Amino acid sequence: MFKTYTTRLALAGLVAVGSISAQAADITGAGATFVYPVMSKWSADYSQATGSKINYQSIGSGGGIAQIKAGTVDFGSSDKPLDSKELADAGLGQFPSVIGGVVPVVNIKGIEAGKIQFTGPLLADIFLGKINRWNDPQIVSINAGITLPDAAITIVHRSDGSGTTFNWVNYLSKVSPEWKTKIGEGTSVQWPVGVGGKGNEGVAAYVKQIPGAIGYVELAYAMQNKMTYGAVQNAAGKFVLPSRESFQAAAASADWKNAKDFYLIITNAPGEASWPIAATNFILMYKQPKDAARSKNALAFFKWALENGKPQAEALDFVPLPDELVKQIEAYWAAEIKA
Amino acid sequence: MSTDHVLPAGLPPAPTDSVALRAESDRRADRFFRYLVTSAGLFVLVALAGAAASMLWGGRLAFSTFGLDFLTTTDWDAVGQKFGALVPIYGTLVTALIAMLIAVPVSFGIALFLTEVAPPWLRTPVASAIELLAGIPSIIYGMWGLFVFVPVMSATVIPFLTEHLGPLPIFGPLFQGPPLGIGMLTAGIVLAIMVIPFISSVMREVFLTVPTRLKESAYALGSTTWEVSWNVVLPYTRSAVIGGIFLGLGRALGETMAVTFVLGNAHRMTASLLMPGNSIAATIANEFSEADSEIYLSSLIALGFLLFIVTFVVLAIAKLMLMRLNRNEGHR
Repeated sequence: MFKTYTTRLALAGLVAVGSISAQAADITGAGATFVYPVMSKWSADYSQATGSKINYQSIGSGGGIAQIKAGTVDFGSSDKPLDSKELADAGLGQFPSVIGGVVPVVNIKGIEAGKIQFTGPLLADIFLGKINRWNDPQIVSINAGITLPDAAITIVHRSDGSGTTFNWVNYLSKVSPEWKTKIGEGTSVQWPVGVGGKGNEGVAAYVKQIPGAIGYVELAYAMQNKMTYGAVQNAAGKFVLPSRESFQAAAASADWKNAKDFYLIITNAPGEASWPIAATNFILMYKQPKDAARSKNALAFFKWALENGKPQAEALDFVPLPDELVKQIEAYWAAEIKA
Repeated sequence: MSTDHVLPAGLPPAPTDSVALRAESDRRADRFFRYLVTSAGLFVLVALAGAAASMLWGGRLAFSTFGLDFLTTTDWDAVGQKFGALVPIYGTLVTALIAMLIAVPVSFGIALFLTEVAPPWLRTPVASAIELLAGIPSIIYGMWGLFVFVPVMSATVIPFLTEHLGPLPIFGPLFQGPPLGIGMLTAGIVLAIMVIPFISSVMREVFLTVPTRLKESAYALGSTTWEVSWNVVLPYTRSAVIGGIFLGLGRALGETMAVTFVLGNAHRMTASLLMPGNSIAATIANEFSEADSEIYLSSLIALGFLLFIVTFVVLAIAKLMLMRLNRNEGHR
């Protein structure tokens, strides 16, 4: 009698332990490739600190949106924010997770990283194919210190749909009316000229291979591949170099307070020190999740990441969110997400 | 000898009911076996029809929205939601054509070398090497193409072509443009290298089936090795050789990863073979995961259906040509 009782108790204990660990290991997310490095670092450190595991699949922003809408993951992630109507239709909430930036990279012999300068309209004209030689007077006139070769410009763009592309063309649309009407913005657009590389790696590889090429990648890729990135003139008229500091300035100058559901694209941000093509990654979660416990676990992870994960993000050339914004996000969780 | 075959006299034949039973169970087994292999055969047809039908169904939105324009326009605009498949279809056909133009003669040479010319000790190692080449994953070819072959193309091959072939009157436009190294010609050459193992190993196998008597007769009449190959070996194995070429062509039409790396993935149609283009398979691989509207997704699935049709049409044309060839053979 006593024996069966203890066996049962032991079994119950086992089951309980099993369910706890299953629950703890159960947070799944999918989406943008852009944040994959920092997500995997965060989840490794979080799992060391708490024992909970995060399984993040970097399948792309579009995939992340589709997966969370299908309800197959606990959170989705996208470099392109959803507007309030789309969020409401799907019953989703949205908040930023980390900030990075897209930088123009070139392959011109003899020009060092950060030495070449662009303005927004100039970049738009280059990507429209209107300016097609490096010694074009419009490029030369703002690059007094360097000699530009008489060579053809080859555009390298993303061949796959991408949040990086979204932020890049969003910026070009903001600074060039012609780009806005002819091409528009989206995760993939109809490029008038150039070749397409798959992923940041593909663009980086093509730019390095083709003399006279210009492309756009995330800062981390430009740094890792030792590529020649350029300075870009921001909305305040200053030429700034891409760096954590200039991304941070863009994030800080953005008006998050009045952004409903954090719907804010921080390209062409105001502020003297702001990088003009900073990009935010957004997390999507259900406001009324089917499994509240899992969403609670996911929120606990993001709370930890936003509050304690800053050094990890900085080490990977990402910009952690400012404290004020983190407070705003936590208030949003309390008000909107029933987990 | 044994006495097994001698029937003991006076005894009746073996009990008939057991023979009948045996026959009945044999028939059942036969029937069962026939059903089994029939269903295996039908499985191919069902899978084929199922794949075609599901792609047609998935692409119905694109077909109904754009109609025939889907086949004849070059727009591929995810923002304006206008899609036309002409650029990928063109790129697929052109790269496959370049690949076949290179791969067929080279494969023929390899197979002839291995069956007629090479010293016997060399034949097995080279044949194994070819089979090993066939086993390399396509992404390896793609990376080799991008990191090793593209620089060679852009530094030496393409400048040479533009300089010497570019000014020609009719073919000139095919070889004009900046030396990007990435483009349809490069993709075609990488594809050729990928399909050569398939075609050449089939050719080698069938060349080995040519009866030695035939070849030796021809040699005895004073034929050269080339004459024996062209007039005896090739006619004897023609349909199998063409079968091998189809196999390679099918692979060239549907190849995805290697092409994605070196084709340039640009939705534009240019006369020049040196400029980037796009293929059906590469477009689908690049854009499927991020296709964020229904019409976009539907257009990509419709592209898949078109690849199906393109492959079918190309193979059907080849088959027809083969049939005509065989008919003419009869009249000669």
